[in-house]
Amino acid sequence: MHAVEASGLVKAFGATRAVDGIDLTVPTGSVYGFLGPNGAGKTTTIRMLATLLRPDAGQARVFGHDVVAEPAAVRGRISLTGQYASVDETLTGRENLTLLGRLHKLTRAATATRADELLAAFDLADDGDRLVRTYSGGMRRRLDLAAGLVVRPDLLFLDEPTTGLDPRSRSEVWRVVRGLVADGATVLLTTQYLDEADQLADRIAVIDHGRLVAAGTNSELKSSIGGGTLHVRLRDPGDREAGLALLARALGAAVPVDGDPAGLTARAEAAGGAAAALAELSWAGIEVAEFALGQPTLDEVFLALTTKEKVA
Amino acid sequence: MTATLAFGGRALKKFRRTPIQLLDVAVHPVVFTLIFSFLFGGAVGGSIDAYIGYLVPGILVMTLLVTTGTTGAALSVDIATGVYDRFRTLSIRPGAVLTGALIGDLVRYALASVVVIVLGLALGFRPAGGVAGVLGAVLLVLLFAVSLSWLWTLLALTIKTPGAVLALTQAVLYPLSFFSNIFTTPATLPGWLQAFVDVNPVSHLVSAVRALMAGTAPGASLGWLLLGCALLTAVFAPLAVRRFNAAG
Repeated sequence: MHAVEASGLVKAFGATRAVDGIDLTVPTGSVYGFLGPNGAGKTTTIRMLATLLRPDAGQARVFGHDVVAEPAAVRGRISLTGQYASVDETLTGRENLTLLGRLHKLTRAATATRADELLAAFDLADDGDRLVRTYSGGMRRRLDLAAGLVVRPDLLFLDEPTTGLDPRSRSEVWRVVRGLVADGATVLLTTQYLDEADQLADRIAVIDHGRLVAAGTNSELKSSIGGGTLHVRLRDPGDREAGLALLARALGAAVPVDGDPAGLTARAEAAGGAAAALAELSWAGIEVAEFALGQPTLDEVFLALTTKEKVA
Repeated sequence: MTATLAFGGRALKKFRRTPIQLLDVAVHPVVFTLIFSFLFGGAVGGSIDAYIGYLVPGILVMTLLVTTGTTGAALSVDIATGVYDRFRTLSIRPGAVLTGALIGDLVRYALASVVVIVLGLALGFRPAGGVAGVLGAVLLVLLFAVSLSWLWTLLALTIKTPGAVLALTQAVLYPLSFFSNIFTTPATLPGWLQAFVDVNPVSHLVSAVRALMAGTAPGASLGWLLLGCALLTAVFAPLAVRRFNAAG
């Protein structure tokens, strides 16, 4: 049985179709990444799957239970960690966890033990008795994650778990998610960052304007987008014209002109091609100040996916 | 039951740490009692001593009515911050969140009642109904306040903007309080206003509370009130619980 099976999900708010016919299958035990920009419909989809929002059309099952007809059965298996840390600011970190433990019908002793475990695991042991109001953004997010794990859920929804976090807190969250998956949980994760989906997810669905633009394993998706992107900054902006022509020939792709007067950005199908192109620049006497071969950005992914759709 | 108590405990912890709510409970009755007894007592009731017996039951009712107003506002703040989304994804008894919050409110209402009664006693209020009469009167007001809170709960779940919820509840509560027999006898009012004051449920509540505190029989008012409380709860409690559980 799959953790999530959804077909034809639709949710409109007024005239806006936030989710416009989404099909989704999340195998049990996997990490599914839901990738898209702000307003793409990621959160709305998650809220429908988590029984918080009633779909206008379509249906969804979580571990075989219909989210509309059997919300109680679904709620018993899931946990939701929201985009906006949904912890209680007027309580301490420990009180937040204790409240959830009691609500999960743990005994007082078990609740206290679990709260201690979680505070320690999320590096909050020293701050457990401070009001959440005084926490930093990263601490709040860690507490929020901990709150979702007071009782280990079979399916964990993580709605943009690292948006707005500094790099250190971000990698801490990643470490936690990996640990959960190693313990057998299924995770449905939304993110705006391709590298986050790449780091954590087994399968990725790209969503835009309420529709799935592409879905597949990381490598399937990457090969459909093409390789990475070569960013070059020239020492002399005067060489830009020549460099542009040279890169376009070497990489066999058009090089769009962007805002940086000394910068060049081109799609590179493989690292080898990028290295050869850089070598050609240097042979031609065009001095390179810096270069980077990066993954495509989310913008580039969308550009690639939407152009592909139009051709097909 | 565990869930309801857990939410009740949460409400009390929040109450302790939110000074503005304490202010609501403690300052409002003090200010209103002092204004009306010293400023208007002589003019309205002949003398402060004569008026205080009339005023204390009224202030008790008004304080609790105004305090119920923050119930809805507090709930809508919770909804806005996303805390309730987590509660709603838990498999707990539907309504435990709301009844738990009401238990917390009940404590708040009881505190406010104590403030009013103690202040009244200090200003020379000597209820003929004695301890039993005062207790009965307080219980009646508490029952009414909790029943009315279901309406604000439903309102908060429907509107979801904390500011709007507070504004709306106050727009209802203040006219109901002032155009009643809380501060003055309706006999002096123009006919049309008298008619409104007579049907105003707040007037019935105040009359019953006065009767209980004075040790006289509250008469038909009490019956109507109990019926009103039952109706408020029977209609709005299930609606609020359904609204809370319904996927938006």
